[in-house]
Amino acid sequence: MIVAKRKPFEEIKEMLKGYKKVLNVGCGTCVAVCLAGGEKEVDVLNIELDMAGKLDENPIELGAMTIERQCDREYLEALDPLVDDYDAILSMACGAGIQFLAERYPHKPIFPAVDTTFIGVNQGVGWYEERCRSCGSCVLGLTGGICPVTMCAKGLYNGPCGGTNKGSCEIDKDQPCAWYLIYERLSRQGRLDNILKFSPATDWQNQIPRTLIQPGYKKSEEV
Amino acid sequence: MKSGSNLEKVLEAGHFAFTGELGPPRGTNAEEVRKKAQFLKGNVDSVNITDNQTAVVRMSSWAASLILISEGLEPNFQMVCRDRNRLAMQSDILGAYAHGIKNMLCLSGDHQKFGDHPQGLGVFDIDSMQLINMVKEMRDEGKFLGGADIEDPPKIFIGAASNPFAEPVDFRVHRLAKKIAAGADFIQTQCIYNMDRFRIFMKQAVDMGLTEKCYILAGVTPMKSVGMARYMANSVPGMDVPDSLIKRLKDAGKGKIAEEGIKFALEQIEEFKEMEGVAGVHLMAIEWEHKVPEIAERAGVLPRPTF
Amino acid sequence: MYLLRAIQKGADGVYVVGCLEGTCHYNEGNFRASERVKHVQMLLEEVGLEGDRVRMYNLSSGEGPTFAAYAKEMTEHIRKLGPNRLNK
Repeated sequence: MIVAKRKPFEEIKEMLKGYKKVLNVGCGTCVAVCLAGGEKEVDVLNIELDMAGKLDENPIELGAMTIERQCDREYLEALDPLVDDYDAILSMACGAGIQFLAERYPHKPIFPAVDTTFIGVNQGVGWYEERCRSCGSCVLGLTGGICPVTMCAKGLYNGPCGGTNKGSCEIDKDQPCAWYLIYERLSRQGRLDNILKFSPATDWQNQIPRTLIQPGYKKSEEV
Repeated sequence: MKSGSNLEKVLEAGHFAFTGELGPPRGTNAEEVRKKAQFLKGNVDSVNITDNQTAVVRMSSWAASLILISEGLEPNFQMVCRDRNRLAMQSDILGAYAHGIKNMLCLSGDHQKFGDHPQGLGVFDIDSMQLINMVKEMRDEGKFLGGADIEDPPKIFIGAASNPFAEPVDFRVHRLAKKIAAGADFIQTQCIYNMDRFRIFMKQAVDMGLTEKCYILAGVTPMKSVGMARYMANSVPGMDVPDSLIKRLKDAGKGKIAEEGIKFALEQIEEFKEMEGVAGVHLMAIEWEHKVPEIAERAGVLPRPTF
Repeated sequence: MYLLRAIQKGADGVYVVGCLEGTCHYNEGNFRASERVKHVQMLLEEVGLEGDRVRMYNLSSGEGPTFAAYAKEMTEHIRKLGPNRLNK
């Protein structure tokens, strides 16, 4: 899932300065699961904004709406009747969702309430770890299911470098060395051959905005 | 001859090579580079010029290399993958060669987190292995990484680093083999203190036939103090400093520790001269350049061969 | 969330009572609750209110007098802090 982190309250307050009526839109998918921008987090933020506004004698009128996914037109539609009642929209979705929302309502100021952080996994309640950088050319088949692009601090394709520190990365004793893990796993699987071969320079796929149309889903006029 | 550099000639002729190292200044003082260079002149075959070592900004490696050339020394231009993408790397290689730089050492580079710009973006467009291969393709095939032809390709003697001590230790010789297959002509190793481990590593390299395809220079850094030894042992990732060495330095007693460090280095050099597969020594006298003439003299590696 | 809402609606103070550490029927329930209370304290501070208006106490079901003592302590404490400024 996409993992996000709520922005500091001060930053959100500063962005909303001058707006009297704000709609806070949550997203019910990734950011809800990672406890950053779902229905509950929308309520908490609204309560905070409400209290702060009263204390500053500058009250804001707040609306709340959490839709299933902000990255999907089908769900955004539910906001259409509401949006014009507000001066600005605060979105608690990931960067993609926020932009899709902004695209739908180009006349409205849209503000992010979260920082989109990474594509990660759920290690425990409220505890997430990054696993993928969406480089666009997956090498997990070669590296025993451990991503060197994400997990190696230098993103090496031919690791490990000389900085491995008893199985840890040189940047931090608590950060395992990706290539040490890759070596260990492939060694146990008897597949070390995989990393004895030279891995050539990557053909980076994530340097321009990407569009993907799955095979069989081209619109008929484009065929 | 792949490049015709002095270092290549020394190694090709079968001499025991002796290379040095120089860190460029954190400013614009060319005089400082010249001063350090004078300690190395005539005592080493080639001088590694570090590239923003430990991720701290310094005078660029190729620029300091040019100062060295003007002083009559041969530089070994170090290049890390942290600070440049493949375009910048290739253009710097062309420019460096056009100015007479003939040796390169291809490195990944310390992570920027260690340096003076921890907020910076680490480029790592390609890694050290891919850099080695890119320089080789540029030289031997006359091709850029993107596939286009190079007019008058750069004839570089390609160096790479090897750390025989970092985990997973069993993989280290295989990674060395990979670097050689990718195109490394010579290897300079991480500073060696654990001689037992290094002997095993060299035996593996010899048994795999690697030393016939590539020159291996053993890395030596004399210990200046017990504090330095402890720091290297505990705080430098991938460094292997046995307790016995720390004890030996401590036992030397006040005022004699640096001399004991040099003695250990000289003993190492003597053993390397005889060790199968070792083609020379790379002396990294960190901020101790003025000691190089003395160490070279006492190691019996003078005078250096000339061509 | 309920804690926050209570303060928003004008409560001067709220305290949460959980089991003694290590004796929770739901194993980690009281530890989690205490983390949440700390979080709410932080949120209140961010907004500009006193985080200490919200507190967590631990006791077992048989400790009537301790409960009373905690209640008294909390009341005293909130008196010192004065009324919730949202109630102006």
